Amino acid sequence: MSGYGDKSPFSETPSPETQGHDASSPDRQLPTRLVGKRVALFVTCLADLMRPSVARASLQLLEDAGCDVHVPQDQTCCGQPAYNSGDYPGAMGIAQQTIETFEPFDFVVAPSGSCAGMLKCHYPKLLAGEWRERAQALGERVFELTQFLQDVCVYTPTPSVKPAALTYHDSCAGLRELGVREQPRALLRNAGIEPRELDQRDVCCGFGGTFCAKMPAISAKMADDKLLEFSKTDNDLLVAGDLGCLLALAGRARRLGSDVEFRHVAEVLAGTADVPGIAHAESGQD
Amino acid sequence: MEQHSRDFLRRADEALAEPERAANRAALGLFMPLLRDQAVEAFDSQAFQGLRDQVEAIRRHSLDNLGHYLEQFIGQARENGNQVHLARDGDELNAIVLDICTQVEAQRVAKGKSMVTEETGLNAALEAADIKVRETDLGEYIIQEAGETPSHIVGPALHKPEAEIRELFLERHDLGERDLDSAAAMVAEARQVLREEFLAADVGVIGSNALIAENGYSMLVTNEGNGDLCANLPKTLIICTSIDRVLPRPEDAMAMLRLLVRSTTGQAVTCYTSFYSGPRREGDIDGPVETHFVLLDNRRTELLASDYREMLQCIRCGACLNHCPVYMSAGGHAYGWVYPGPMGSVLTPLLTSLDEAEALPHACTACGRCEEVCPANIPLPDLLRDLRAEAFAEGISARRWRFGIRLHSWLARHPTLYRQITRIAVRVMHRLGRDRGFIRYLPLAGGWLQARELPSPEGDSFLASYRKEHKS
Repeated sequence: MSGYGDKSPFSETPSPETQGHDASSPDRQLPTRLVGKRVALFVTCLADLMRPSVARASLQLLEDAGCDVHVPQDQTCCGQPAYNSGDYPGAMGIAQQTIETFEPFDFVVAPSGSCAGMLKCHYPKLLAGEWRERAQALGERVFELTQFLQDVCVYTPTPSVKPAALTYHDSCAGLRELGVREQPRALLRNAGIEPRELDQRDVCCGFGGTFCAKMPAISAKMADDKLLEFSKTDNDLLVAGDLGCLLALAGRARRLGSDVEFRHVAEVLAGTADVPGIAHAESGQD
Repeated sequence: MEQHSRDFLRRADEALAEPERAANRAALGLFMPLLRDQAVEAFDSQAFQGLRDQVEAIRRHSLDNLGHYLEQFIGQARENGNQVHLARDGDELNAIVLDICTQVEAQRVAKGKSMVTEETGLNAALEAADIKVRETDLGEYIIQEAGETPSHIVGPALHKPEAEIRELFLERHDLGERDLDSAAAMVAEARQVLREEFLAADVGVIGSNALIAENGYSMLVTNEGNGDLCANLPKTLIICTSIDRVLPRPEDAMAMLRLLVRSTTGQAVTCYTSFYSGPRREGDIDGPVETHFVLLDNRRTELLASDYREMLQCIRCGACLNHCPVYMSAGGHAYGWVYPGPMGSVLTPLLTSLDEAEALPHACTACGRCEEVCPANIPLPDLLRDLRAEAFAEGISARRWRFGIRLHSWLARHPTLYRQITRIAVRVMHRLGRDRGFIRYLPLAGGWLQARELPSPEGDSFLASYRKEHKS
């Protein structure tokens, strides 16, 4: 099914005129810390390759918030696969390249708690000497998307197409490394969307990067626990701030024959309404 | 103890296939964190954090000066009338204990819970010499009767649902027809059976939660009082523990105690907290006549000198197990040795061999929940990652993984090529999954596809389409 079939949790059917977002009001006062500042969007490899809609939604949200957004073309991956697999030399090389790519900007924003956490918390651990200092300096300017919108931009997105309620899943890195907990919920609530809570909201969904491919049975069990809790929240849309969790959960749900919808929180906040949910076929195909 | 860490995945699969035990673990995974959280809140979360920092500082200081405090402890303990032995490894500890048992002509040993003696395999060593060993901690007793190994460092039999224990008792205890239909009835029965064992034992063997350097005392916490019976009824007492348990002063042990019990069971204090000073003195009406300390090293001095020394700060509370979703899914036996869960995944490779236990550091999603609750502030996910790095650098991890990861890292450092190759890949994948929105078959994605579909990419990569849009 498409993301907007009969079962769609979204309250309005989009029309070309209302599709997407309301442009930010031109008289919006930009917080002083953002005036004249250049914001780099760290797309993240998963958004870049698997779900560009998330990157587009992020870009749109940041622009609507009044930011001067740049998308450096030499960005690739933050290096978590190498780092978490124990290839420290490989991860160091990627970290140095990423630092060089994003250093010229005043802020770096990623639609992912784990990638932002990698830059902010792990690069300084991974690197030494002058590179560590550069990593620390960059780390102070790195933000997860909802954190940046809420805390730095003080901006409230107003999607014209939106679900009445959804379930929000916290990614572990966003939650524990960056303290992203209230920001996405506040943004959703301010946009008129009710975020429903999972019972065990601080428990991992079993993605864990390469973990889910190395230990698929355990990972699946953890995903099943999460999906079971989701089913108790009585709605059909689960959103999160990290594509890793979403791809793994959606992939597991499909394997189990479930049709529930998975989206990145940026898509919902931006009112992206023309793209099917994750692991759903485009309209007309099933 | 025999090691089966190589079979982690197979043993985890087996655990996942046992519905009653899996349900038991799921209940524990809900319940134990709740108990801990309530205890921390009742104590005041901020004050608890302060206490964590204090205990971490105490543990660090003790380890930084381990030689000094160990020497002080040994001196004080000897002055109190104890005999103190040092054991380099497990075999040496077993030999020392066996030697003491032989000297006092012991035929029966009553044991309190001790993970150190699980580590050394003491029971098997004693039984090989025809000495009867009886575990007296309820959980240890259950698994001894069942012929199993501990699945948890604090609750060794937590993996066993009530029904399994009932069946076991009905089979093993020759006590005639009875219902045994409640946990209380089972506990009462075990108590009745074990009482005889305490009275008949020639030697008591117990563990220790802390060795206090200043006065040479050993601290032990239990909820069953079995430790005290093991310590006071038999004529000979042997306390087996490892050298890293030493703390400088009694007040340091008190601080640790306040953290330990809350982190473990959510209690403010356990039912019994005992301090053992030494043998019966003149005029004492009870107590052992002869007391020994056997202090195990078993690679802990090596660990102290390594990059993993923070692991020695561990106070064996089990909070990291209780909060680990991988542990709760795979079960404690999957880890294949004495110590399971996050702390076990760090300790096992270090105390045995990384080659043997290479799977364990990977049994982690880096979710960070263990680190969040660890009373000793041990950065468990970092230590696990460092072990993976060691395995990667030494070529222990699987060759195809190393190759794949190196290829990805190399590609990620060549942005132009990365963009071209990944763009082609996502286009192909998009076509493969267009009909359903996901892919079911794809070379090299076997691990992912074993348990889940692979959501198909939307089509073009974002960077490519962005560049196109911004060129015009």
